[in-house]
Amino acid sequence: MQKAYKKYFPLFVLPTLIAFIMFFCVPFVLGIILSFCKFTTVTNAHFVGVENYIKAFSNKDFLNALWFTTKFTVVSVVTVNVIAFSFAYALTRGIKGTSIFRTVFFMPNLIGGIVLGYIWQLMINAVLAHFNVTITTDPKYGFWGLIILTNWQMVGYMMIIYIAGIQNIPTELIEAAKIDGASKAQALFKVTVPMVMSSITICLFLTLTNSFKLFDQNLALTAGLPSRKTAMLALDIYTTFYNRNGWEGVGQAKAVIFFAIVGLISLTQLYFTRNKEVES
Amino acid sequence: MRKKKLVAALLAASMVAGLMVGCGSEGGSTEKDDSSKKEDKADKADKDEAKDDEKDEEKDDAEDKSDDSADAGDGSVYFLNFKPEVSETWENIAKMYTDETGVPVKVVTAASGMYEQTLKSEIAKKDAPTLFQINGPVGYQNWKDYCLDLSGTDLYSWLSDKSLAISSGDGVYGIPYVVEGYGIIYNEEIMEKYFALDGAKATSMAEINNFDKLKEVVEDMTAKKGDLGIDGVFASTSFSPGEDWRWQTHLMNVPIYYEYKDAGVQDESEITFSYNPNFKNIFDLYINNSCTEPAMLGSKTVEDSMSEFALGKVAMVQNGNWGWGQVSGVEGNTVKEDKVKFLPIYTGVSGEEKQGLCTGTENFFCVNAESSEADQKATIAFVEWLFNSDAGKNAVTNDLGFIAPFTTFGEGEGPTDPLAKEVTRYLSDSSLTSVSWNFTTFPSQTFKDNYGYALLDYATGQKDWDTVVSETIEDWKTEKAAIAE
Repeated sequence: MQKAYKKYFPLFVLPTLIAFIMFFCVPFVLGIILSFCKFTTVTNAHFVGVENYIKAFSNKDFLNALWFTTKFTVVSVVTVNVIAFSFAYALTRGIKGTSIFRTVFFMPNLIGGIVLGYIWQLMINAVLAHFNVTITTDPKYGFWGLIILTNWQMVGYMMIIYIAGIQNIPTELIEAAKIDGASKAQALFKVTVPMVMSSITICLFLTLTNSFKLFDQNLALTAGLPSRKTAMLALDIYTTFYNRNGWEGVGQAKAVIFFAIVGLISLTQLYFTRNKEVES
Repeated sequence: MRKKKLVAALLAASMVAGLMVGCGSEGGSTEKDDSSKKEDKADKADKDEAKDDEKDEEKDDAEDKSDDSADAGDGSVYFLNFKPEVSETWENIAKMYTDETGVPVKVVTAASGMYEQTLKSEIAKKDAPTLFQINGPVGYQNWKDYCLDLSGTDLYSWLSDKSLAISSGDGVYGIPYVVEGYGIIYNEEIMEKYFALDGAKATSMAEINNFDKLKEVVEDMTAKKGDLGIDGVFASTSFSPGEDWRWQTHLMNVPIYYEYKDAGVQDESEITFSYNPNFKNIFDLYINNSCTEPAMLGSKTVEDSMSEFALGKVAMVQNGNWGWGQVSGVEGNTVKEDKVKFLPIYTGVSGEEKQGLCTGTENFFCVNAESSEADQKATIAFVEWLFNSDAGKNAVTNDLGFIAPFTTFGEGEGPTDPLAKEVTRYLSDSSLTSVSWNFTTFPSQTFKDNYGYALLDYATGQKDWDTVVSETIEDWKTEKAAIAE
């Protein structure tokens, strides 16, 4: 049997491999090459060396966006996971209407980012109008607007993952803890949390990368206003590529840097949280 | 074990089946029309609505092609349209032309604000647009490798004002196909109501021919807005994301026009922005006499402004002749068609009594220099048909509503909407000088965006005017330097 699998291995892998090379490897390599070129369309590129990277790093907007994105990611990763875990914890207590709550909390995740952005822009502006300001008056409104929006959208999804994790904890572990005289808080932090560590890993990974890569919501909510102060990395790359003549290569270089950052952060995070996972 | 084998076999079978289905459908379309298939696939995502029509069209095209191929290796036309609001009209025109001549014409429309993006990806394909448009000299810098020299065409010879075309050296690379105008649109009914009031600062619109008079009238109207039944004189100075082009592009054109005029140039790599006090004049007037408080402008859109005007809540709004559709389309609008008029944008420059509307174009036809010769010929023939044949001219004026800048259009062959008529009226008044559209030389979208952001900060009181001016001068320099490289 094993032999048969081995024999046909190349045949079965081939289609996926071809697709992978065509739609992932080739564009990826092409993208990296283009980041060293000056071009208008991909067919008329010519090599300029690391000039694009120098420009990207000396670009005030890019550094601003990097800092804004970092702040945003830190805050949203913490808030999304804390809120999602609390919801998951509450909704596995057997309260009445649990499944309705789960559905309701999950729903926002099904709405597209652009639509969400516009809806929240209207709502936030309606509230802020009472104080005679708009969301674009000060970057802090945009920042917290984005945090609220992201939480509202991502909490439900993370909650589902946490619920699955909590439900997988063998009841005898909690019972044993109780019999040993553990308080509720102790049971939570000493038993439940370590046991759902694998869920925490995946949730942290998802929130971290999603927050870093946030684009639609950013575009629709503030589009970087005021003065690009609320523009995140993805939006900055987009505007550099499309709205500045002669800067296409720089946009591409920014995208490569962006990829490296996201990759590095998420791999580090995976490494550290994986180490904390326990087997029951 | 048996079960496992069965599962494996099933999986393998379904995979192979999947492949076959994939190949099958591709093979089918290859037989029909190889090039259009690729196009079709790539466009699917953004052109969902147009998909069905297009497919039909393409089928027609394919048939036509096979018919034609007998007599000559005729080319085909692929036009990448800039204006989504007239996409259906363009498709009808294409159909009409194909019916008449048998030359296939394909029209694809880029989504609003996505033209550059769409063009960038379309032109890299094998079946690239043969006819596309650029927005002026800056666009030409970006696309010059793809622009064919059109100086020998009839189309160029018909151009009523040759200076409008984009030329470089001896070649002509972009030909404008529509002229538009903008200024301050006013509701004559409200103005007449004001002139009838006691102590009005003017008695007719003819008296308002400079900034000082305009300011006097506007400020007096603001004081008496209760009597006039309006919320403010000017509609909201919209600054929602992406809604600030009326200020950072159109209004900015006026000081730049005068600066170029003084220096006797068409473009500058560095500006002095010496007319910035004039910009501030009119901008302050807009934001201080508006129906919306300056602090709230960040939430307003162009559509908000146009509907405020349409509903008679305000007397004036700065916009162009394309805005008529937006005004007339508002539910419950109160402005009468014969009472919508244009006023030039006065900013307090000396001699501005002779200033007309800002008229010009940022729509230049270019023929793709990289397409085959047959396609280029077919494309030029199509455009010449459009602006010379009766059917084509009729479609341009009445369906597209364009004021075409060609000598082939005689008297009375212009569009009939009130604002377009106003533009024609101003153009034909020889005592007035139109302000040309110099914003086509603005360095980049980023420059415009930055300026718009600075204006919003100024309007909400977070930035003083001097900072706005110095940042703008600096920004122009950096952005211009980026293209020059």
